[in-house]
Amino acid sequence: MTHATFAVVVFPGSNCDRDCVHALRDELQQRVVEVWHRDAIPANVDCIVIPGGFSYGDALRAGALAALSPVMGSVKRFADAGAPIIGICNGFQALLEAKLLPGALLRNRSLRFRCKRVHVRIETTACAFTSSGLSIHDSLSLPIAHGFGAYHLPKDQLAHLESSGQIVLRYCDSTSAVTDGANPNGSVNNIAGVMNAQGNMLGLMPHPERASSELLGGADGLKLFRAAIQSVSNTPFANAPADGAPA
Amino acid sequence: MSVAVPSITPEVIEQHGLTSAEYQTILDQLGREPTIAELGVYSVMWSEHCSYKHSRRHLATLPTSGDRVLHGPGENAGVIDLGNQLACVFKIESHNHPSAVEPHQGAATGVGGILRDIFAMGARPIALLDAIRFGPPDKARNEWIIRGVVNGIADYGNCVGVPTVGGEFCIDDAYSDNCLVNVMCVGVARHDELMTARAEKAGDLLVYYGGSTGRDGVHGATFASMELTDESADNRSSVQVGDPFMEKLILESTLELIEHNLLVALQDMGAAGLTCSSTEMADKAGLGVDLDLDAVPQRARNLSAYELLLSESQERMLAVISPDKLEQVRAVLKKWDLNAHVVGATTNTGRLVVRHHREVEVDVPLDSICSSIPAPAPVASAPPTSHTRHFTSVTIADKEWQAALLDALASPHFASKRWIYEQYDHDVQTNTVVGPGAGVAVLRLRQTPNRFLAVTCDGNGIWVALDPYEGTRALVTEAARNLIAAGAVPLAVTNNLNFGNPRDGEIAWQFAESVRGLADACRALDTPVTGGNVSFYNESPRMAVFPTPVIGMVGVIEDRAHITPASLQHEGDALYLVGPRATHAGASKILRDRVGELVGPAISLDMDAEQASHALVRDVIRAGLIASATDISEGGLLIALAEMSLCSPKNLGIEISLPGDEDTTPSLLSEEPSRFILACPIEHEEALCEHAHRAGVRCVRLGAAERNDFHITGLIDLNLAQLREPWERGQ
Repeated sequence: MTHATFAVVVFPGSNCDRDCVHALRDELQQRVVEVWHRDAIPANVDCIVIPGGFSYGDALRAGALAALSPVMGSVKRFADAGAPIIGICNGFQALLEAKLLPGALLRNRSLRFRCKRVHVRIETTACAFTSSGLSIHDSLSLPIAHGFGAYHLPKDQLAHLESSGQIVLRYCDSTSAVTDGANPNGSVNNIAGVMNAQGNMLGLMPHPERASSELLGGADGLKLFRAAIQSVSNTPFANAPADGAPA
Repeated sequence: MSVAVPSITPEVIEQHGLTSAEYQTILDQLGREPTIAELGVYSVMWSEHCSYKHSRRHLATLPTSGDRVLHGPGENAGVIDLGNQLACVFKIESHNHPSAVEPHQGAATGVGGILRDIFAMGARPIALLDAIRFGPPDKARNEWIIRGVVNGIADYGNCVGVPTVGGEFCIDDAYSDNCLVNVMCVGVARHDELMTARAEKAGDLLVYYGGSTGRDGVHGATFASMELTDESADNRSSVQVGDPFMEKLILESTLELIEHNLLVALQDMGAAGLTCSSTEMADKAGLGVDLDLDAVPQRARNLSAYELLLSESQERMLAVISPDKLEQVRAVLKKWDLNAHVVGATTNTGRLVVRHHREVEVDVPLDSICSSIPAPAPVASAPPTSHTRHFTSVTIADKEWQAALLDALASPHFASKRWIYEQYDHDVQTNTVVGPGAGVAVLRLRQTPNRFLAVTCDGNGIWVALDPYEGTRALVTEAARNLIAAGAVPLAVTNNLNFGNPRDGEIAWQFAESVRGLADACRALDTPVTGGNVSFYNESPRMAVFPTPVIGMVGVIEDRAHITPASLQHEGDALYLVGPRATHAGASKILRDRVGELVGPAISLDMDAEQASHALVRDVIRAGLIASATDISEGGLLIALAEMSLCSPKNLGIEISLPGDEDTTPSLLSEEPSRFILACPIEHEEALCEHAHRAGVRCVRLGAAERNDFHITGLIDLNLAQLREPWERGQ
């Protein structure tokens, strides 16, 4: 088993940070450091997780204040250096607010918070989190839990995102068919997850850390983390930008 | 600025919910007229909510100790030992009146309050359950309350990150004017992390942290101890507003303070706020308290001493710390962007002394407000002469059963609750092995592999209205049956007693009988009561609610292999009815909804038969003979079978015939206790029957699990899609 060092960022109000730590440390036997929002990502980190929750109580908009917090400067430097970075749910919202990924998340079309298990389909293997152990159109069973998860992008930008292959996950049914009935929140083109142009940063609404044990109804979420671990051991990304270390 | 001080007139005394006899006691204890702030202090501390003055005589009869009980009633929450140095901290509490007036905030702050009770004990809250009861949603006001309450629970629990894993949703006209919102929380701590609410010595500091103090909730505790009237909506200023983000900050900072061993005692400022939290912690140690109200962080201008003492602003904690720990406490709180406000100290005077703007506003003996509360004259209890003895008897004709089932499934009471629990984050913390939609929630305990916590909460106003003693006993066993069917061993109980005005003779009788039933059943099952909550005055000018005790019960599952689902798992599994013959359909919820009145007779419990059924089901689950198990309760065999089918992950229904020795209506609708349905793979049928024979428990083969059909010979012939349509219609 290959090993990587993960940083799990903790904002005031994060509430999936401990679940991410558990999935990585106890289920996948990875090294994990928790990084408080006022600190920088330590230099020896290979992959970064921006977890879900209600950072800063969702003041202004979900993820809006997290995007401005001190830790995000070093997240951006790691992103530029090619480190695998995953933003989950509120973490996805923070990456969008920080303009590190394109698009916005609107209120669910049901106008209600929804917590349930959904299927998502892999749309590309050019992403650090899908590049090994997964194939295009594989489906994963993952839980969602959000009130603001309807992914949105203006038409022209959406066309660009589709043509550049940056859609990583789409909501689908149990047969991998992308249907409106399988869309839990009204996301445009059933989009559940997108990546940056380099493919090292993934933002998604479903919670892979919650699908981390058969006891909890399935462990499909671990596949995304395993791919990132593999990608780090295949192509170490020059480990640690010089200014990434804490002050 | 000068504030006009109201003088104490008989009207003012009455507005404070104090009787003239109680006021005379205050005069005698002080030897002078109280200040208005002192009157406020007495009024909240002597309210039912804080003092349990009408109930404590009865509550004293409950069994509260046992091998596993680490803390019984009297702390913020009960604590039981789970083995391996692990403890379970749990409690249920009501927020009925606030939810009736402002549903969203009322319910949200109910969640906030019970979470604080759990983490004030040093435990991380790992699950929430809600037992909520409303009038029919076809009345617009009821619909508004239902949506508001569900939304309030969702907003608060989801943001703090504690999963809402189960509960109850009951619709009955008895709750039209006065909804019931009971919230239960379960937490887990290591033994060495457990905290108490008892100060130790004079000279320690009282440190306030969390939200600031405003006028919200001034006199909430007194408000909770009055009947709702049409003017209650004008009491909105008594309803507090919740801030779940602040709750998350005080949750994490509290656990960090405890981890670093920086606190002597801790209590949240809930009902009666700063007054209750400071005085209770000191009184338990026989100490006194000095408070300096100028140090209290304030979010409104010109707050009086009276308001600062009684405010129930949310998300506030009060810690007792040793003075040499202050800097470390400050440092931990600062990390979470919180301040430590030193608002007072413990003293050895035995008095509560409160200063505001350098004036002494309160100077009273602590025991006079905390311990020596005058007991009200006992109410002559008056057993009713009418409705427990005289009752309607109803049967359903054979050709009506199919429609009766579909009608029941379409009713908001029995319909799928998916629209509710999908709004609750029930997966966060990644411990939810069995979540909402089943009768019992099952949570993994990460600290001890292969050990699981099972939690349920159960109430039934109809059973208790018909016979408070038998109904409450049956209810306790129903909670236990839920746990046993899931593969758990029941351990302990918390309870929420929701009743009408205790000064009314019949209600006083209901309460006494119900508590007697609770005590007897908990003693028989060896599930001690570790805490709870009493909510009186649940009535309107029109009527009182059904007497509604809600039982929260926790159990432990000792092996993953024992976790047993309620839903059907394999085609062809044999379906067995275990337990005594059904003799009547009295107390049936389905009949109540069909005829609009209580249908008797009351159900009664044979504790020997009950325990025999428990032992059998526990043994056959441990022997690995059972694929699914559920108990028969509200809605009878009919609803139990429908739910086993509708929740089946493999779209399995049933093909059965009713036992020949039962009449059809009781057979399908009886809610009599001690009965289970077990699904048994055919290779284990013989062993199951042998176990039952040896145990002397009736065990009748009804039929088998069948793909896609719901068939009861001669009565019902449906497929699962037909069954599902009304059940899910309201989504």
